[in-house]
Amino acid sequence: MQNQMYYQVAENERVGLAVMREIDVTEIIEAVRQMSQTANTDLGKDVIRAFERGQETEESSTGKAIFKALIENAMIARDEKVPMCQDTGFSVVFVDLGQDVHLVGGSLEAAINEGVRRGYEEGFLRKSICDPFTRANTKDNTPAVVITQIVDGDRVKLTMAPKGGGSENMARVTMLTPSGGKKAVMDFIVQRCQEAGSNPCPPVIVGAAVGGTPEKAAILAKRTLLREIGSQNPDPELAQMEAELLTRINNLGMGPQGLGGRNYALAVHLDKHPCHIATLPLAVQICCHASRHKETIL
Amino acid sequence: MSQIIKLTTPLTDEAVASLKSGDQVSISGELYTARDAAHKRLVDLLDQGKPLPFDPKGAVIYYVGPSPAKPGRVVGSAGPTTSYRMDAYAERLMEVGMKGMIGKGKRAPDVVDAMIKHKAVYFAAIGGAAALIARSIKSVEVVAYEDLGPEAVRRMIVEDFQAVVINDIQGADLYQMGQEKYRIA
Repeated sequence: MQNQMYYQVAENERVGLAVMREIDVTEIIEAVRQMSQTANTDLGKDVIRAFERGQETEESSTGKAIFKALIENAMIARDEKVPMCQDTGFSVVFVDLGQDVHLVGGSLEAAINEGVRRGYEEGFLRKSICDPFTRANTKDNTPAVVITQIVDGDRVKLTMAPKGGGSENMARVTMLTPSGGKKAVMDFIVQRCQEAGSNPCPPVIVGAAVGGTPEKAAILAKRTLLREIGSQNPDPELAQMEAELLTRINNLGMGPQGLGGRNYALAVHLDKHPCHIATLPLAVQICCHASRHKETIL
Repeated sequence: MSQIIKLTTPLTDEAVASLKSGDQVSISGELYTARDAAHKRLVDLLDQGKPLPFDPKGAVIYYVGPSPAKPGRVVGSAGPTTSYRMDAYAERLMEVGMKGMIGKGKRAPDVVDAMIKHKAVYFAAIGGAAALIARSIKSVEVVAYEDLGPEAVRRMIVEDFQAVVINDIQGADLYQMGQEKYRIA
Protein backbone atom coordinates (compact mmCIF):
# COMPACT_ATOMS: atom_id res chain seq x y z
CA MET A 1 0.00 0.00 0.00
CA GLN A 2 3.01 2.26 -0.37
CA ASN A 3 2.03 5.59 -1.82
CA GLN A 4 4.77 6.55 -4.24
CA MET A 5 3.34 9.92 -5.18
CA TYR A 6 5.26 12.95 -4.02
CA TYR A 7 3.67 16.33 -3.80
CA GLN A 8 4.87 19.43 -5.51
CA VAL A 9 6.47 21.55 -2.83
CA ALA A 10 5.92 25.27 -3.17
CA GLU A 11 8.55 27.81 -2.14
CA ASN A 12 6.51 29.06 0.80
CA GLU A 13 6.36 25.57 2.30
CA ARG A 14 10.07 25.39 2.87
CA VAL A 15 10.95 25.38 6.54
CA GLY A 16 14.56 26.23 7.09
CA LEU A 17 16.51 23.95 4.82
CA ALA A 18 14.12 21.01 5.08
CA VAL A 19 11.55 20.46 2.39
CA MET A 20 8.19 19.53 3.88
CA ARG A 21 6.16 16.91 2.10
CA GLU A 22 2.46 17.60 2.28
CA ILE A 23 -0.01 14.82 3.03
CA ASP A 24 -3.70 15.54 3.07
CA VAL A 25 -5.43 14.01 6.08
CA THR A 26 -8.10 12.54 3.79
CA GLU A 27 -5.43 9.93 2.95
CA ILE A 28 -5.18 9.12 6.63
CA ILE A 29 -8.96 8.82 6.97
CA GLU A 30 -9.03 6.41 4.05
CA ALA A 31 -6.11 4.31 5.30
CA VAL A 32 -7.61 4.00 8.79
CA ARG A 33 -11.05 3.19 7.37
CA GLN A 34 -9.63 0.34 5.32
CA MET A 35 -7.34 -1.00 8.01
CA SER A 36 -10.14 -1.02 10.61
CA GLN A 37 -11.82 -3.59 8.42
CA THR A 38 -8.89 -5.61 7.12
CA ALA A 39 -7.28 -5.88 10.56
CA ASN A 40 -10.47 -7.38 11.94
CA THR A 41 -11.17 -9.81 9.11
CA ASP A 42 -7.78 -10.84 7.74
CA LEU A 43 -5.55 -12.46 10.34
CA GLY A 44 -1.80 -12.23 9.66
CA LYS A 45 -0.07 -15.17 7.99
CA ASP A 46 2.42 -15.37 10.85
CA VAL A 47 -0.43 -16.03 13.30
CA ILE A 48 -1.98 -18.68 11.07
CA ARG A 49 1.41 -20.36 10.68
CA ALA A 50 1.70 -20.38 14.47
CA PHE A 51 -1.74 -22.05 14.70
CA GLU A 52 -0.63 -24.69 12.20
CA ARG A 53 2.52 -25.33 14.21
CA GLY A 54 0.41 -25.52 17.36
CA GLN A 55 -1.93 -28.04 15.78
CA GLU A 56 1.06 -30.23 14.94
CA THR A 57 2.89 -29.96 18.24
CA GLU A 58 0.03 -29.84 20.74
CA GLU A 59 -0.14 -32.95 22.93
CA SER A 60 -3.70 -32.43 24.12
CA SER A 61 -6.40 -33.61 21.72
CA THR A 62 -8.68 -30.80 22.92
CA GLY A 63 -5.85 -28.37 22.26
CA LYS A 64 -5.37 -29.74 18.74
CA ALA A 65 -9.10 -29.35 18.08
CA ILE A 66 -8.95 -25.75 19.29
CA PHE A 67 -6.13 -24.92 16.85
CA LYS A 68 -8.14 -26.53 14.06
CA ALA A 69 -11.17 -24.41 15.00
CA LEU A 70 -9.08 -21.24 15.12
CA ILE A 71 -7.69 -21.90 11.62
CA GLU A 72 -11.21 -22.55 10.34
CA ASN A 73 -12.44 -19.39 12.08
CA ALA A 74 -9.70 -17.30 10.46
CA MET A 75 -10.59 -18.69 7.01
CA ILE A 76 -14.30 -17.90 7.47
CA ALA A 77 -13.45 -14.37 8.60
CA ARG A 78 -11.13 -13.77 5.65
CA ASP A 79 -13.39 -15.32 3.00
CA GLU A 80 -16.67 -13.83 4.21
CA LYS A 81 -15.14 -10.54 5.36
CA VAL A 82 -16.61 -10.86 8.85
CA PRO A 83 -14.70 -10.11 12.04
CA MET A 84 -12.71 -13.07 13.39
CA CYS A 85 -13.80 -12.05 16.89
CA GLN A 86 -16.98 -10.26 17.95
CA ASP A 87 -14.80 -8.02 20.08
CA THR A 88 -13.40 -5.83 17.34
CA GLY A 89 -11.42 -4.02 19.95
CA PHE A 90 -10.19 -0.66 21.01
CA SER A 91 -8.70 0.98 17.92
CA VAL A 92 -5.08 1.50 18.87
CA VAL A 93 -3.28 3.40 16.13
CA PHE A 94 0.48 3.80 16.08
CA VAL A 95 1.62 6.77 14.01
CA ASP A 96 5.26 7.05 13.02
CA LEU A 97 5.25 10.55 11.64
CA GLY A 98 8.22 11.63 9.53
CA GLN A 99 9.49 15.00 10.66
CA ASP A 100 9.57 16.23 7.08
CA VAL A 101 5.84 15.70 6.65
CA HIS A 102 3.34 18.51 6.84
CA LEU A 103 -0.20 17.27 7.37
CA VAL A 104 -2.81 19.45 5.71
CA GLY A 105 -6.58 19.58 5.51
CA GLY A 106 -7.37 18.89 9.16
CA SER A 107 -6.02 17.48 12.37
CA LEU A 108 -4.34 14.09 12.66
CA GLU A 109 -6.41 12.73 15.54
CA ALA A 110 -9.68 13.89 14.03
CA ALA A 111 -8.74 12.13 10.78
CA ILE A 112 -7.90 8.90 12.58
CA ASN A 113 -11.18 9.01 14.48
CA GLU A 114 -13.10 9.66 11.27
CA GLY A 115 -11.39 6.65 9.68
CA VAL A 116 -12.36 4.49 12.67
CA ARG A 117 -15.94 5.81 12.58
CA ARG A 118 -16.34 4.96 8.89
CA GLY A 119 -14.49 1.66 9.03
CA TYR A 120 -16.41 0.31 12.01
CA GLU A 121 -19.79 1.36 10.64
CA GLU A 122 -19.25 0.14 7.09
CA GLY A 123 -17.53 -3.04 8.21
CA PHE A 124 -20.32 -4.09 10.63
CA LEU A 125 -17.76 -4.10 13.42
CA ARG A 126 -18.76 -3.90 17.07
CA LYS A 127 -18.58 -0.55 18.79
CA SER A 128 -17.08 -1.27 22.18
CA ILE A 129 -15.97 2.09 23.59
CA CYS A 130 -17.82 3.60 26.53
CA ASP A 131 -17.64 6.19 29.29
CA PRO A 132 -15.66 4.70 32.18
CA PHE A 133 -18.30 5.60 34.77
CA THR A 134 -21.70 5.76 33.07
CA ARG A 135 -20.65 2.96 30.65
CA ALA A 136 -22.58 4.85 27.92
CA ASN A 137 -21.34 3.65 24.53
CA THR A 138 -19.85 6.28 22.19
CA LYS A 139 -21.54 4.29 19.39
CA ASP A 140 -18.81 4.68 16.78
CA ASN A 141 -15.80 3.04 18.46
CA THR A 142 -14.09 6.40 18.86
CA PRO A 143 -11.95 7.87 20.23
CA ALA A 144 -9.03 5.78 19.06
CA VAL A 145 -5.93 5.59 21.20
CA VAL A 146 -3.28 7.28 19.07
CA ILE A 147 0.37 6.65 19.89
CA THR A 148 2.49 9.05 17.89
CA GLN A 149 6.22 9.18 17.53
CA ILE A 150 8.13 11.61 15.36
CA VAL A 151 10.70 9.84 13.20
CA ASP A 152 13.15 10.84 10.47
CA GLY A 153 12.00 11.13 6.89
CA ASP A 154 8.99 12.25 4.91
CA ARG A 155 6.69 9.26 5.34
CA VAL A 156 3.84 8.45 7.68
CA LYS A 157 3.50 4.88 8.89
CA LEU A 158 0.10 4.06 10.34
CA THR A 159 -0.45 0.80 12.19
CA MET A 160 -3.96 -0.17 13.22
CA ALA A 161 -3.98 -2.67 16.07
CA PRO A 162 -7.51 -3.37 17.39
CA LYS A 163 -7.21 -4.84 20.89
CA GLY A 164 -9.92 -6.88 22.58
CA GLY A 165 -10.98 -6.18 26.14
CA GLY A 166 -10.57 -9.71 27.46
CA SER A 167 -6.82 -9.84 26.95
CA GLU A 168 -6.42 -6.13 27.73
CA ASN A 169 -7.78 -6.77 31.24
CA MET A 170 -4.80 -9.05 31.86
CA ALA A 171 -2.20 -6.27 31.29
CA ARG A 172 -0.14 -5.04 34.23
CA VAL A 173 2.46 -2.37 34.86
CA THR A 174 4.61 -2.79 37.93
CA MET A 175 7.58 -1.06 39.49
CA LEU A 176 10.03 -3.75 40.61
CA THR A 177 12.98 -3.22 42.91
CA PRO A 178 16.28 -2.96 40.97
CA SER A 179 17.86 -5.59 43.24
CA GLY A 180 15.34 -8.13 41.88
CA GLY A 181 16.97 -7.90 38.46
CA LYS A 182 16.28 -10.24 35.61
CA LYS A 183 14.88 -12.94 37.88
CA ALA A 184 12.18 -10.67 39.28
CA VAL A 185 11.26 -9.55 35.75
CA MET A 186 10.92 -13.09 34.47
CA ASP A 187 9.08 -14.35 37.56
CA PHE A 188 6.55 -11.53 37.27
CA ILE A 189 5.87 -12.26 33.59
CA VAL A 190 5.38 -15.98 34.24
CA GLN A 191 3.15 -15.28 37.23
CA ARG A 192 1.09 -12.80 35.22
CA CYS A 193 0.41 -15.51 32.63
CA GLN A 194 -0.48 -18.01 35.33
CA GLU A 195 -2.94 -15.58 36.89
CA ALA A 196 -4.39 -14.63 33.49
CA GLY A 197 -5.04 -18.33 32.81
CA SER A 198 -7.93 -18.93 30.45
CA ASN A 199 -9.17 -15.31 30.49
CA PRO A 200 -7.20 -13.68 27.66
CA CYS A 201 -8.19 -16.28 25.00
CA PRO A 202 -5.02 -18.37 24.80
CA PRO A 203 -3.01 -19.20 22.72
CA VAL A 204 -1.63 -15.74 23.44
CA ILE A 205 1.31 -13.55 22.55
CA VAL A 206 3.03 -12.17 25.62
CA GLY A 207 4.58 -8.73 25.18
CA ALA A 208 6.70 -7.14 27.89
CA ALA A 209 8.99 -4.17 28.22
CA VAL A 210 11.48 -3.46 30.97
CA GLY A 211 12.75 0.02 31.83
CA GLY A 212 11.86 3.56 30.91
CA THR A 213 9.06 5.00 33.01
CA PRO A 214 5.76 3.24 33.74
CA GLU A 215 4.03 4.85 30.74
CA LYS A 216 7.03 4.28 28.47
CA ALA A 217 7.17 0.60 29.41
CA ALA A 218 3.45 0.18 28.74
CA ILE A 219 3.73 1.62 25.23
CA LEU A 220 6.88 -0.32 24.39
CA ALA A 221 5.23 -3.53 25.59
CA LYS A 222 2.19 -2.85 23.42
CA ARG A 223 4.47 -2.22 20.45
CA THR A 224 6.20 -5.59 20.86
CA LEU A 225 2.88 -7.22 20.00
CA LEU A 226 3.28 -5.88 16.45
CA ARG A 227 6.40 -7.98 15.91
CA GLU A 228 6.10 -10.94 13.57
CA ILE A 229 5.52 -14.18 15.45
CA GLY A 230 8.58 -16.38 15.17
CA SER A 231 10.92 -13.47 14.43
CA GLN A 232 14.24 -13.27 16.22
CA ASN A 233 14.83 -10.50 18.76
CA PRO A 234 17.94 -8.60 17.54
CA ASP A 235 19.18 -8.30 21.13
CA PRO A 236 20.75 -11.69 22.02
CA GLU A 237 20.12 -11.23 25.75
CA LEU A 238 16.41 -10.53 25.18
CA ALA A 239 16.20 -13.35 22.63
CA GLN A 240 17.48 -15.78 25.23
CA MET A 241 15.06 -14.46 27.84
CA GLU A 242 12.19 -14.83 25.36
CA ALA A 243 13.06 -18.47 24.73
CA GLU A 244 13.35 -19.20 28.43
CA LEU A 245 10.08 -17.42 29.23
CA LEU A 246 8.22 -19.24 26.46
CA THR A 247 9.32 -22.59 27.91
CA ARG A 248 8.47 -21.61 31.48
CA ILE A 249 5.05 -20.24 30.53
CA ASN A 250 4.13 -23.24 28.41
CA ASN A 251 5.39 -25.63 31.09
CA LEU A 252 2.58 -24.35 33.31
CA GLY A 253 0.45 -26.71 31.21
CA MET A 254 -2.39 -24.25 30.68
CA GLY A 255 -2.55 -24.86 26.92
CA PRO A 256 -4.97 -23.49 24.31
CA GLN A 257 -7.99 -21.82 25.97
CA GLY A 258 -6.53 -22.78 29.36
CA LEU A 259 -8.01 -26.27 29.01
CA GLY A 260 -4.63 -27.95 29.41
CA GLY A 261 -1.84 -28.55 26.92
CA ARG A 262 1.54 -27.47 25.68
CA ASN A 263 0.74 -24.26 23.80
CA TYR A 264 -0.48 -21.42 26.01
CA ALA A 265 1.81 -18.79 24.48
CA LEU A 266 2.68 -18.69 20.78
CA ALA A 267 5.49 -16.21 21.42
CA VAL A 268 7.07 -13.95 24.01
CA HIS A 269 8.24 -10.55 22.74
CA LEU A 270 10.50 -8.40 24.89
CA ASP A 271 11.88 -4.91 24.71
CA LYS A 272 13.98 -2.84 27.07
CA HIS A 273 14.82 0.80 27.63
CA PRO A 274 17.18 2.57 30.04
CA CYS A 275 15.56 3.44 33.36
CA HIS A 276 16.19 5.63 36.39
CA ILE A 277 18.89 4.45 38.84
CA ALA A 278 16.15 3.93 41.45
CA THR A 279 13.64 2.03 39.29
CA LEU A 280 12.95 -1.19 37.42
CA PRO A 281 9.66 -0.66 35.58
CA LEU A 282 7.99 -3.61 33.87
CA ALA A 283 4.90 -3.68 31.67
CA VAL A 284 3.22 -6.88 30.50
CA GLN A 285 0.70 -6.75 27.66
CA ILE A 286 -0.98 -9.99 26.67
CA CYS A 287 -2.59 -10.36 23.25
CA CYS A 288 -5.24 -12.97 22.48
CA HIS A 289 -4.82 -15.27 19.48
CA ALA A 290 -6.68 -12.70 17.37
CA SER A 291 -3.42 -10.79 17.10
CA ARG A 292 -4.60 -8.16 14.67
CA HIS A 293 -2.59 -5.41 13.07
CA LYS A 294 -2.24 -3.85 9.64
CA GLU A 295 0.04 -1.10 8.47
CA THR A 296 0.00 1.50 5.73
CA ILE A 297 2.85 3.76 4.71
CA LEU A 298 1.87 7.08 3.15
CA MET B 1 -14.05 -36.36 25.78
CA SER B 2 -14.93 -38.48 22.81
CA GLN B 3 -18.70 -38.54 22.73
CA ILE B 4 -20.64 -35.34 22.19
CA ILE B 5 -23.69 -35.00 24.43
CA LYS B 6 -26.71 -33.41 22.83
CA LEU B 7 -28.53 -30.91 25.05
CA THR B 8 -31.79 -29.08 24.47
CA THR B 9 -32.73 -25.90 26.31
CA PRO B 10 -34.36 -25.01 28.65
CA LEU B 11 -32.20 -27.40 30.68
CA THR B 12 -33.87 -29.85 33.05
CA ASP B 13 -32.47 -30.77 36.47
CA GLU B 14 -31.87 -34.30 35.16
CA ALA B 15 -29.85 -33.07 32.18
CA VAL B 16 -27.78 -30.79 34.39
CA ALA B 17 -27.14 -33.54 36.94
CA SER B 18 -25.87 -35.91 34.23
CA LEU B 19 -23.15 -33.54 33.04
CA LYS B 20 -19.53 -33.90 34.09
CA SER B 21 -16.61 -31.51 33.76
CA GLY B 22 -14.90 -32.20 30.46
CA ASP B 23 -18.05 -33.34 28.65
CA GLN B 24 -18.31 -32.01 25.11
CA VAL B 25 -21.84 -30.79 24.48
CA SER B 26 -23.84 -29.68 21.49
CA ILE B 27 -26.63 -27.32 22.54
CA SER B 28 -29.84 -26.68 20.59
CA GLY B 29 -32.72 -24.44 21.53
CA GLU B 30 -32.82 -20.96 23.01
CA LEU B 31 -30.02 -19.05 24.72
CA TYR B 32 -30.33 -15.63 26.32
CA THR B 33 -27.43 -13.23 25.93
CA ALA B 34 -26.27 -10.94 28.71
CA ARG B 35 -23.01 -9.21 29.60
CA ASP B 36 -21.96 -6.88 32.42
CA ALA B 37 -24.43 -4.03 31.90
CA ALA B 38 -27.43 -6.30 31.26
CA HIS B 39 -26.62 -8.41 34.33
CA LYS B 40 -26.62 -5.31 36.48
CA ARG B 41 -30.09 -4.38 35.21
CA LEU B 42 -31.43 -7.93 35.62
CA VAL B 43 -30.24 -8.08 39.21
CA ASP B 44 -31.67 -4.60 39.85
CA LEU B 45 -35.06 -5.96 38.72
CA LEU B 46 -34.73 -8.92 41.09
CA ASP B 47 -33.80 -6.53 43.91
CA GLN B 48 -37.01 -4.61 43.24
CA GLY B 49 -39.03 -7.84 43.22
CA LYS B 50 -39.91 -7.38 39.54
CA PRO B 51 -40.00 -10.13 36.87
CA LEU B 52 -37.14 -10.59 34.41
CA PRO B 53 -37.72 -9.86 30.70
CA PHE B 54 -37.43 -13.62 30.02
CA ASP B 55 -38.31 -16.80 31.89
CA PRO B 56 -35.21 -17.79 33.88
CA LYS B 57 -36.45 -21.35 34.60
CA GLY B 58 -33.96 -23.73 33.03
CA ALA B 59 -32.46 -20.84 31.06
CA VAL B 60 -28.96 -20.86 29.63
CA ILE B 61 -27.28 -17.46 29.53
CA TYR B 62 -24.60 -16.84 26.93
CA TYR B 63 -22.08 -14.16 27.84
CA VAL B 64 -21.73 -12.50 24.45
CA GLY B 65 -21.94 -9.14 22.74
CA PRO B 66 -22.18 -9.97 19.03
CA SER B 67 -20.85 -7.77 16.27
CA PRO B 68 -23.59 -6.25 14.05
CA ALA B 69 -25.15 -8.58 11.48
CA LYS B 70 -24.25 -7.95 7.86
CA PRO B 71 -27.27 -7.57 5.56
CA GLY B 72 -28.98 -10.92 5.00
CA ARG B 73 -27.49 -12.51 8.09
CA VAL B 74 -29.07 -13.14 11.49
CA VAL B 75 -26.02 -12.23 13.54
CA GLY B 76 -22.46 -11.00 13.26
CA SER B 77 -19.56 -12.77 14.92
CA ALA B 78 -20.53 -14.07 18.34
CA GLY B 79 -17.94 -15.70 20.58
CA PRO B 80 -17.97 -15.77 24.37
CA THR B 81 -16.71 -12.96 26.59
CA THR B 82 -14.73 -13.48 29.81
CA SER B 83 -17.03 -14.78 32.53
CA TYR B 84 -15.50 -13.52 35.79
CA ARG B 85 -17.06 -10.11 35.21
CA MET B 86 -20.47 -11.72 35.68
CA ASP B 87 -19.43 -13.56 38.88
CA ALA B 88 -20.98 -10.91 41.12
CA TYR B 89 -24.42 -11.51 39.55
CA ALA B 90 -24.44 -15.22 38.75
CA GLU B 91 -25.88 -16.61 41.97
CA ARG B 92 -28.86 -14.22 41.88
CA LEU B 93 -29.84 -15.65 38.50
CA MET B 94 -29.30 -19.23 39.69
CA GLU B 95 -31.68 -18.50 42.59
CA VAL B 96 -34.47 -17.82 40.10
CA GLY B 97 -33.81 -20.92 38.03
CA MET B 98 -30.95 -20.25 35.58
CA LYS B 99 -29.34 -23.63 34.87
CA GLY B 100 -26.48 -22.88 32.52
CA MET B 101 -23.94 -20.21 31.70
CA ILE B 102 -21.72 -20.09 28.62
CA GLY B 103 -18.56 -17.99 28.57
CA LYS B 104 -14.82 -18.42 28.83
CA GLY B 105 -12.42 -18.32 31.74
CA LYS B 106 -12.40 -19.43 35.34
CA ARG B 107 -15.22 -18.67 37.80
CA ALA B 108 -14.80 -17.50 41.38
CA PRO B 109 -15.02 -20.14 44.15
CA ASP B 110 -18.32 -18.68 45.44
CA VAL B 111 -19.86 -19.06 41.96
CA VAL B 112 -18.69 -22.69 41.82
CA ASP B 113 -20.27 -23.23 45.26
CA ALA B 114 -23.49 -21.61 44.04
CA MET B 115 -23.53 -24.00 41.07
CA ILE B 116 -23.38 -26.95 43.47
CA LYS B 117 -26.11 -25.45 45.65
CA HIS B 118 -28.49 -24.46 42.84
CA LYS B 119 -27.59 -27.31 40.47
CA ALA B 120 -26.34 -25.26 37.55
CA VAL B 121 -23.44 -25.77 35.15
CA TYR B 122 -20.88 -23.57 33.46
CA PHE B 123 -19.85 -24.20 29.87
CA ALA B 124 -17.04 -22.68 27.84
CA ALA B 125 -17.13 -22.03 24.11
CA ILE B 126 -13.92 -21.28 22.21
CA GLY B 127 -13.02 -17.68 22.95
CA GLY B 128 -12.23 -15.84 19.75
CA ALA B 129 -13.73 -18.43 17.38
CA ALA B 130 -16.57 -15.98 16.82
CA ALA B 131 -17.10 -16.29 13.07
CA LEU B 132 -17.23 -20.08 13.39
CA ILE B 133 -19.58 -20.04 16.40
CA ALA B 134 -21.97 -17.67 14.59
CA ARG B 135 -22.76 -20.51 12.16
CA SER B 136 -24.69 -22.32 14.89
CA ILE B 137 -26.92 -19.31 15.60
CA LYS B 138 -30.12 -19.53 13.59
CA SER B 139 -32.12 -16.53 14.79
CA VAL B 140 -31.73 -13.56 17.09
CA GLU B 141 -34.19 -11.10 18.60
CA VAL B 142 -33.65 -8.38 21.17
CA VAL B 143 -35.80 -9.00 24.25
CA ALA B 144 -34.62 -6.15 26.47
CA TYR B 145 -32.30 -3.16 26.84
CA GLU B 146 -31.90 -2.29 23.18
CA ASP B 147 -30.14 0.91 24.32
CA LEU B 148 -27.20 -1.23 25.43
CA GLY B 149 -26.38 -2.01 21.79
CA PRO B 150 -24.10 -5.06 21.70
CA GLU B 151 -24.89 -5.61 25.40
CA ALA B 152 -28.67 -5.87 24.92
CA VAL B 153 -30.41 -9.05 26.09
CA ARG B 154 -31.08 -11.19 23.03
CA ARG B 155 -32.88 -14.45 22.54
CA MET B 156 -30.88 -16.67 20.23
CA ILE B 157 -32.05 -19.90 18.71
CA VAL B 158 -29.05 -22.15 18.22
CA GLU B 159 -28.45 -25.53 16.63
CA ASP B 160 -25.51 -27.70 17.61
CA PHE B 161 -23.75 -24.95 19.52
CA GLN B 162 -20.43 -26.52 20.62
CA ALA B 163 -19.26 -26.12 24.19
CA VAL B 164 -17.47 -27.99 26.96
CA VAL B 165 -18.54 -28.39 30.58
CA ILE B 166 -16.11 -26.52 32.84
CA ASN B 167 -17.88 -26.76 36.21
CA ASP B 168 -20.41 -29.47 36.98
CA ILE B 169 -22.73 -29.68 39.98
CA GLN B 170 -20.13 -31.67 41.93
CA GLY B 171 -17.78 -28.69 41.90
CA ALA B 172 -15.22 -30.14 39.49
CA ASP B 173 -13.23 -27.65 37.41
CA LEU B 174 -11.98 -28.58 33.95
CA TYR B 175 -9.44 -25.74 33.85
CA GLN B 176 -7.78 -27.11 36.97
CA MET B 177 -7.94 -30.75 35.88
CA GLY B 178 -6.75 -30.04 32.32
CA GLN B 179 -3.87 -27.85 33.40
CA GLU B 180 -2.59 -30.21 36.10
CA LYS B 181 -2.29 -32.96 33.52
CA TYR B 182 0.19 -30.97 31.41
CA ARG B 183 2.08 -29.04 34.09
CA ILE B 184 5.87 -29.56 34.13
CA ALA B 185 7.23 -28.56 37.52
